Amino acid sequence: MREIMFREALVEALDEEMRRDENVFVLGEDIGQFGGSFKATLGLLEKHGPERIRNTPIAEEAIVGAALGAALVGMRPVAELHFIDFATVAMNQIVNQVAKVRYMFGGKARTSLVIRMHGGGGSSAAAQHSQSLEAWFVHVPGLKVVMPSTPKDAKGLLKSAIRDNDPVIFVEHRALYTVKGPVPEGEYTIPLGAAEVKREGSDATIVATSSMVGKSLQAAEELAKEGISCEVVDPRTLFPLDKETILASVRKTGRLLIAHEAVRRCGWGAEMAAIAGEEAFDYLDAPLVRVCAKETPVPYSPRLERLHIPQKEDVAAGVRRLVGVAR
Amino acid sequence: MAAKVKSKSASRSLSRDDYLRMYRTMLCIRRFEEKTDELFMAGRIKGAVHVSIGQEACSVGVCSALNQDDAILTTHRGHGHSIAKGTRLNEMMAELLGKATGLCKARGGSMHIADISKGHYGAHSIVGANMPMAAGMGLAFQLEGKGRVAVVFFGDGASNQGSFHESMNLCAIWKLPVVFFCENNHYAVSFHVNRSTAVRDISLRAQSYNAPGVTVDGMDVMAVYEATKEAVARARRGEGPTLIEAKTYRFFGHSRGDPQFGPYRTKEEVERWRKRDPLLVAEKMFKVTEAEKKAVQGEVAEEMAVAVEFAEKSPEAPLPSALEDVYA
Ligand SMILES: Cc1ncc(C[n+]2csc(CCOP(=O)(O)OP(=O)(O)O)c2C)c(N)n1
Ligand SMILES: [Mg+2]
Repeated sequence: MREIMFREALVEALDEEMRRDENVFVLGEDIGQFGGSFKATLGLLEKHGPERIRNTPIAEEAIVGAALGAALVGMRPVAELHFIDFATVAMNQIVNQVAKVRYMFGGKARTSLVIRMHGGGGSSAAAQHSQSLEAWFVHVPGLKVVMPSTPKDAKGLLKSAIRDNDPVIFVEHRALYTVKGPVPEGEYTIPLGAAEVKREGSDATIVATSSMVGKSLQAAEELAKEGISCEVVDPRTLFPLDKETILASVRKTGRLLIAHEAVRRCGWGAEMAAIAGEEAFDYLDAPLVRVCAKETPVPYSPRLERLHIPQKEDVAAGVRRLVGVAR
Repeated sequence: MAAKVKSKSASRSLSRDDYLRMYRTMLCIRRFEEKTDELFMAGRIKGAVHVSIGQEACSVGVCSALNQDDAILTTHRGHGHSIAKGTRLNEMMAELLGKATGLCKARGGSMHIADISKGHYGAHSIVGANMPMAAGMGLAFQLEGKGRVAVVFFGDGASNQGSFHESMNLCAIWKLPVVFFCENNHYAVSFHVNRSTAVRDISLRAQSYNAPGVTVDGMDVMAVYEATKEAVARARRGEGPTLIEAKTYRFFGHSRGDPQFGPYRTKEEVERWRKRDPLLVAEKMFKVTEAEKKAVQGEVAEEMAVAVEFAEKSPEAPLPSALEDVYA
């Protein structure tokens, strides 16, 4: 299969969906000629023109609110907010409007929109450009939250998100944009709410999101050499959550480690842990382990940031603890 | 209509030493930014760096009209403002290199320089986020009654954020001692100001808040100085905020990594603005002699060398420090 970059897969998804449905359009800062802050809309202006690839001023609340307004009257907008940190500026629209209007208005309002953003650290962008805030959105009924970890997933999930009739928060990780991976040539979609087992194993289950999937696979590779067999499950959508796939793995291995780049407290892992406690308690042979960022803002210095962000070594150490191998 | 301030000559209230000091600070910013760029390209400075080359007259013109205990707030493009407000080069360079001696203990980096001892309340890199804070500082200064003033620097792009309008209104209704200083360098990343706003001059927006709005030549340090002096005097008199728009230009790309021109602007456009380099404008206006220029260049080069050496010789920030200062 051909290999393309994560960001190229996203551009393909947008391109195909814009061809497929004339109601799809994109709005956001610097998405036109400039191609987006990380080139994840590159080339779309030339293909679809400035009416459908719409550059906006710096006004995140207006970007999201306008996307919602257009959705209400029949469009399928894709709003691009760039850094997840900037979504905080648009939180009023996202939380109070986007997530609520269908329900408040007796199920009669159309709210088919996608809000794209990129999160995560690792690039010394410091405290206001490195956060992992995905759990904020998962907490709000009415929103769906997608977090792909591979180019193939990114494309298939973005296409589904655009076709979905609910608002979808689509969280990309900056470190993944230039990562290459196999992506099928033809048309395909990946449904929201379907986890994927990225590696099979029998001793421990690692549930990892976004950038932590790759790190967990690397850790699993190392642990295999020590005779520890890990299963790595990527939920891909944090809500709706494919509990069956995840819990089936937990029941099989009896051990659960949750890895994400967000800080531990009230991170998405807390929800995952609670679900495991409620629905798979009898199968757990050891207290579960969470591998997350330190509970501080993200520091600038590369050395300090590396300490802050969970690394593959932290996942490996967590699994050893989980299976009772002290080192 | 927004008033336009033009300075044809140096102000009468300033001495020759004052002019040379202004010129020197502008050159110091230029050299600091050039060094920053060089170290970034060499991979020594990480993250995102937004240099202010071309906009030095704004930093120096504004800060020369302030007292040490007046406050500034800046943005992602804040090195120049920091230097003009008196932030020491050594600790600033150390911050960029991620050293323990850095102003922010290597936690902030280029986008978050702060030196509160100098009245510099920090670079805030969420566009528009600093303006409500300026209103709050103005409120505190008003209550304090000592005549202090807060100046907030922001870009043309930031003037489209709700926070700009909300803050202007707050300052206007409460007559807060705040100066809104908009560096209109004509672009927000790739988006030209003529397409991002419907007004010809951003200063016109002051009318909505019944506040004075002035447009100045941002390449002319004295024009910036005069306009700021007047706005600060007005703020100190308790007459409320002023919006100053300085028309300027960044000679480099938005951030390092972006090219100087293209795809959104032409080489010709950049070259046209470079003819009005604020350093050249100042040299001419202040009639800086060759001897004076040489002397200033020598001093600045020496100061920069000291700063880089200080930063390079400083120890790395210790790992446990990453976990400190989250709470008081
Ligand atoms: C709320 C928010 N939205 C978007 C960005 C990304 N961003 C950083 S700088 C910038 C452009 C700012 O333009 P302007 O205010 O004109 O300042 P300049 O860069 O020209 O100095 C953008 C869009 C951000 N940092 N914060
Ligand atoms: Mg600008």
